[in-house]
Amino acid sequence: MADLTTNFAGLKSPNPFWLASAPPTNMGPMIERAFDAGWGGAVWKTLGERITNVSSRLAALDQGQVRMIGLNNIELITDRPLEVNLKEMAECKKKYPNHTVIASLMVESKKEAWQEITKRTQDTGCDGFELNFGCPHGMSERGMGAAMGQVPEYTCMVTEWVKEVSDIPVIVKLTPNVTHIVPPGRAAQKGGADAVSLINTINSVIGVDVDTMIPYPNVNGMAAHGGYCGTAVKPIALNMVSELARDAEFNIPISGIGGINTWRDAVEFMLLGAANVQVCTAVMHYGYRIVEDMIDGLNNYLDEKGFASVGDIVGKSVHRMTDWGDLDLNYDVKALVHKDKCIQCNLCYVACEDGAHQSFEFEEVDGKRYPRVIEAECVGCNLCALVCPSPGAIEMIRVDAGGPTESWRQRTAGN
Amino acid sequence: MDKAFCTPLDITQIEHNFAEINPAMSAAEAMQEANRCLYCYDAPCMHACPTHIDVPGFIKKIASGNVIGSARVIFDANPIGASCARVCPVEVLCEGACVEKTLIKKPIEIGRLQRYATDHAMAVDKQIFEKGEANGKSVGIVGSGPAGLSCAAYLARLGYDVTVYERREQPGGLDTYGMAEYKMPQSVSLSEVDHIARLGVEFRLNTEIVAGSAETLGPVNHVGVELLREWHDAIFLAVGLGETNRLNIPGEDLEGVIDALAFIEQIKTRDWKSVPLGRNVAVIGAGNTAVDAVTQAKRLGAENVMMIYRRTEADAPAYEYEIELAKKDGVEFHWQTKLIKIGGEISVLALLCSKPDGTEFAIECDMVIKAIGQQKMASFFTDITGVDVDEKGRVVVNGQMQTSDPAIFAGGDCANGGAEAVDASQMGKHAAEGIHHALTGESVQFAGSSVKPVEKTAVHHH
Ligand SMILES: Cc1cc2nc3c(=O)[nH]c(=O)nc-3n(C[C@H](O)[C@H](O)[C@H](O)COP(=O)(O)OP(=O)(O)OC[C@H]3O[C@@H](n4cnc5c(N)ncnc54)[C@H](O)[C@@H]3O)c2cc1C
Ligand SMILES: Cc1cc2nc3c(=O)[nH]c(=O)nc-3n(C[C@H](O)[C@H](O)[C@H](O)COP(=O)(O)O)c2cc1C
Ligand code: SF4
Ligand code: SF4
Ligand code: SF4
Repeated sequence: MADLTTNFAGLKSPNPFWLASAPPTNMGPMIERAFDAGWGGAVWKTLGERITNVSSRLAALDQGQVRMIGLNNIELITDRPLEVNLKEMAECKKKYPNHTVIASLMVESKKEAWQEITKRTQDTGCDGFELNFGCPHGMSERGMGAAMGQVPEYTCMVTEWVKEVSDIPVIVKLTPNVTHIVPPGRAAQKGGADAVSLINTINSVIGVDVDTMIPYPNVNGMAAHGGYCGTAVKPIALNMVSELARDAEFNIPISGIGGINTWRDAVEFMLLGAANVQVCTAVMHYGYRIVEDMIDGLNNYLDEKGFASVGDIVGKSVHRMTDWGDLDLNYDVKALVHKDKCIQCNLCYVACEDGAHQSFEFEEVDGKRYPRVIEAECVGCNLCALVCPSPGAIEMIRVDAGGPTESWRQRTAGN
Repeated sequence: MDKAFCTPLDITQIEHNFAEINPAMSAAEAMQEANRCLYCYDAPCMHACPTHIDVPGFIKKIASGNVIGSARVIFDANPIGASCARVCPVEVLCEGACVEKTLIKKPIEIGRLQRYATDHAMAVDKQIFEKGEANGKSVGIVGSGPAGLSCAAYLARLGYDVTVYERREQPGGLDTYGMAEYKMPQSVSLSEVDHIARLGVEFRLNTEIVAGSAETLGPVNHVGVELLREWHDAIFLAVGLGETNRLNIPGEDLEGVIDALAFIEQIKTRDWKSVPLGRNVAVIGAGNTAVDAVTQAKRLGAENVMMIYRRTEADAPAYEYEIELAKKDGVEFHWQTKLIKIGGEISVLALLCSKPDGTEFAIECDMVIKAIGQQKMASFFTDITGVDVDEKGRVVVNGQMQTSDPAIFAGGDCANGGAEAVDASQMGKHAAEGIHHALTGESVQFAGSSVKPVEKTAVHHH
């Protein structure tokens, strides 16, 4: 059994799995149930001024039979009275001293407002703060959320205001709705943040009902853009996490968020630099119970790989990320079809023919027709192996001699 | 026939026993299954379908919610696609070739998906194809089974004036009169015929084509083939097969000996109590029809149903999955058992059989169903229409389904000696292409006429 406890910017948790600030953390009794299910921490649904939510608020992207590979929401911050949330937060923290309770905050861009809510919330005994600079809809129209996170100077300024009065760690939650994630990350650090978390949701319109021609989610015949999350956003989140992790000037911990469903997703985030992870959509889909396999799977993975503690894997793959210009141009792989595993669906053939480099032909063997790679044509793009439904039927094989490497940067250095 | 000589079951029980073996899919089921399909390229299932329906194409249309488009893909390649969805031996055709069968032993349920799409088109009463602009030419089709229907549909789409002559009271051939009732009720076949009729195809029922040049009207009209030559620019013969072969053994004409086709036809009236049925029923033969006879005799409630076949189980012409079904139904098998004589005074009492080693034995039995294959229609071709047949009695056709008489085409069971409905449908398609070519000189290829070989792009990279 590996050690799953984490110390994230001074915040101790029984495991690296936190609930992200969202409906699963709407109130005390829910968070208590989540802790009972095994979650290590929870970021309370964002507190702030009273707001009114609309109905409906969610819409999803499905792929074939798979429901909700992406989720879109136009929900705002909590719509419960602040006093009620704070009272429950204090009770919850008392009952679960070993779990991490983080208060997520968002108010208008005024120093007094931020400092007032920080002080009031701090009195609950919560373990830390997360500043929501990420909400991309509704709140941003009022100059809050993403409107703040998109301007590094504001990010830095508000972080400073909160840090002035906060006695506990402050995490800044970043918005992905920026061209480059490093400037806001550095701004949070400059403002004194103890850590960052990312990503919040991505600007999105999930679709249109083609019968009524009303986009989703329908609010009395109208729709507004919302925030996108769930499985589909994981690659975007991984990129942003890894960019911050690679940045030499950036050196505070990262809480990874976005499309995490399983222990494997969590491990990927950690390998690319996240010190812990937060989950929302997967819990909204399947409930708190999913954490059981996250913990179990992570444990087994660490044991199998010989790591004593979950902290040991954090950032392990960061040095494997580089810029394109530094990749080795001499490395060469080619596709190979293993006929014993091939089921003759010909998806590799058509994919390469119409979507890659026309590197397939057919060969007849024992009355069966198999696709065969024309090695001279194959550029080693992986597409055929990616579309192949039969595990192991296509293998990408290294064919270069393993000689000296050469990158684009090296090749063009003299120019 | 004796009143007691029929089903002992009550009607509810029989209706239950004859419930469709491949029931309709719900929308949720169809979506789930359609999405499971891998959308193979140059797909094995399409190769395996005798009418080469673009299976991945129609399945993906179900998945995208374009169900009418899906039905169009099916009917485009197979005008009797709704019947075939139910009666095709998919286990040895499309589903047998499905890569999901290879991968996880669970082929995509292509037949039921095909049913889902075609049912939808029928339910919303969508006329998918229209009669083509009249081209002033006329074709007479003899026989309204799968081959005749398919040919009629394609010719109507091309603008031909098509008349189908059918000697039976109802159109559809064996689709209407022969399919095991638990596979497909008559209503499906008849509504499919109706859709083809709406392409402007005229059906002259109760009308038998005979020799000569006379037309005599009666309960069954007789029309001389020479009249057809006068009335039409081409003739397509799709007359199927003839009567069930005789056993040629003593006792064959006793009461209680019945031919499988007659037995099945009576079942298809769904007037269950009118179907003759003994307590100990022996079906002679082990082909597809024999299986349909044993499984339906069982469903009607015969106490003991036996299948009697001269050769071994491995030699049985029925498909393996059919024999499995019969086994599941509790049929008793007598392999390598030769029927020598049917015993009884007025009606059947017992069978006298022999084993390969010569030992003889008796089997108690009060009903015998003959299912040892149907005769070929050789004399119809040679004596009535004057076209060549081969040594097996099958009408001789070329690749365009043209007989030795250039104005006469033929296809279906009468040409291939007896196969599946889907094979007859494909021959009807080829005949339509052949007739069109013969009458206009133009070549046309309908969907699934053949599988086009994959054309490899020339590579120009280096
Ligand atoms: C009992 C049984 C069960 C079967 N089950 C299946 C099954 O489950 N699945 C499957 O795919 N196939 C099945 N088949 C095979 C299938 O029925 C045939 O392959 C198919 O019907 C052949 O079509 P066809 O158009 O050639 O002939 P038919 O369907 O036999 O149609 C020929 C038509 O021509 C008419 N006709 C004949 N002579 C004349 C004339 N002189 N004048 C006017 N009309 C005439 C006949 O009345 C008949 O309607 C079965 C066959 C039998 C016998
Ligand atoms: C309905 C809904 C409401 C959300 N509300 C908040 C919020 O109040 N504060 C916040 O910081 N993030 C909010 N989020 C964003 C999530 O905390 C999280 O950053 C995002 O969903 C990505 O993680 P996931 O892919 O695991 O869902 C919300 C997400 C959803 C789906
Ligand atoms: S790796 Fe790319 S180029 Fe090579 S065969 Fe596969 S799809 Fe074609
Ligand atoms: S995609 Fe895979 S299984 Fe399909 S033909 Fe190619 S190698 Fe075979
Ligand atoms: S072989 Fe199976 S999986 Fe492939 S297209 Fe046909 S039905 Fe779909």
